[in-house]
Amino acid sequence: MAIPQLLVHDRKDTVGVVVIEGLKKGTDMLCVVTYDNSSFKLKSKMDVPIGHKVALVDIKKGDTIWKYGQDIGIAKKGIGKGEHVHVHNVKTKRW
Amino acid sequence: MAKKDKKNGKAVAKRNAHSDLKFFGWRRENGRVGVRNHVIILPLDDLSNSACEAVANNIKGTMALPHAYGRLQFGEDLDLHFRTLIGTGANPNVAAVVVIGIEDGWTKRVVDGIAKTGKPVTGFGIEGHGDIATIAKASYVAKQYVQMASELQREECDIGELWVSTKCGESDTTTGLASCPTVGNMYDKLIPSGIYGVFGETSEITGAEHLARERAISKKVGDKWFKVWKAYQDDVIEAHKTDDLSDSQPTKGNIAGGLTTIEEKALGNLEKIGRECRYIDVLEPAEAPRKGKGLYYMDTSSAAAECVTLMAAAGYAVHTFPTGQGNVIGNPIVPVIKISGNPKTMRTMGEHIDVDVSGILRREMTIPQAGDALIDMIVRTANGRLTAAEALGHREYVMTKLYRSA
Repeated sequence: MAIPQLLVHDRKDTVGVVVIEGLKKGTDMLCVVTYDNSSFKLKSKMDVPIGHKVALVDIKKGDTIWKYGQDIGIAKKGIGKGEHVHVHNVKTKRW
Repeated sequence: MAKKDKKNGKAVAKRNAHSDLKFFGWRRENGRVGVRNHVIILPLDDLSNSACEAVANNIKGTMALPHAYGRLQFGEDLDLHFRTLIGTGANPNVAAVVVIGIEDGWTKRVVDGIAKTGKPVTGFGIEGHGDIATIAKASYVAKQYVQMASELQREECDIGELWVSTKCGESDTTTGLASCPTVGNMYDKLIPSGIYGVFGETSEITGAEHLARERAISKKVGDKWFKVWKAYQDDVIEAHKTDDLSDSQPTKGNIAGGLTTIEEKALGNLEKIGRECRYIDVLEPAEAPRKGKGLYYMDTSSAAAECVTLMAAAGYAVHTFPTGQGNVIGNPIVPVIKISGNPKTMRTMGEHIDVDVSGILRREMTIPQAGDALIDMIVRTANGRLTAAEALGHREYVMTKLYRSA
């Protein structure tokens, strides 16, 4: 299998993790779901550092963010498919 | 699991083979097996660090374990201090111990605790003698101990006699994808082979507490775990927070590595206990397990050196430490095996990492293959290979302090 740019834990997830250094905006990323080894393509909308997350779908403000098939927080603002997801647009629901 | 077995007959054969794994260790007086043969010079308190370091400087092959506390502690905090010191001396990686304290009373308490293992231990109080006379007397004993220890031989032992702890640090999103599931796979293979395991980090389970509770062997143990987790939330977080934990959990390093929320961090953290293991009891900090072979939970801080020090004091002999961004921690008496799946960390600070699992991110390595690579490194480390942390001189020995001293 070709080396993926993005790994996704679970089919339910709405974010994936960049696993290569120096990902550039506009890359047609090979995305692999580790749970079942299924794959799909997604275009990155911005440069995203290794280890950081990318939205797999259009996310609205207030939407739950899913990773590991679990709730990891809430969108503070709308996030477009292929955009960087991090502390600037997502926070925990806990506090 | 049955499905996986059918798909991969080789994996079944491999798993059965794990019970036959052997390593060469030192069997101590109480029957426990160590993988290092340290003679330690253990200070009761901060004031005695200087004398201990002088003895370790005089007598080659011994090691001082300086730390910051031991005066005017009381109650549960004092109990934990003693449990940590006695547990450190009692650890099977230690052949013999010299204890030095500012006064005789508490020094004797530590000596008596370690002596229960049957290993050689002698204590010295500084008051009434001064540092120089104490260092001289302690050096004579330390010299005898290190020469005695140097003649002890390793013997072949079953893998089930190994106690392997885990705690991750400087986590990022790659730890949840690669290095933590590698440890989880190792536990799924070695816990059935009879090893003792332990995980902890009470604050960093926050966000995955619903899943952690379900991983207990029984509802009773799960409820015991939840009580410990809830007490931490109520007694520590609620009592001391100024706003929330957003600035500490995730840490700045975690955030730089791509972790956004405490839930995301906790879910990655919990990957360390694999898919099948169930924890069989919940331990106090530094408490030795008493319910036989299996996986335990220990109520610890998530600060790396504090946590590894507590697990070593409970008797664990090898530590597995997944890291993403590159935590450099070691421990004076326990070899700390670092595992990383982050290719940037491997490139920029690879000298700290013992097991490179970055192939998982490239889909060149499977989690079961990574688990086997870790098991191989655990056996090699038990047999004597120095870890990166040992070679680089990392000896972080840090007491957990529950509240301020009197």
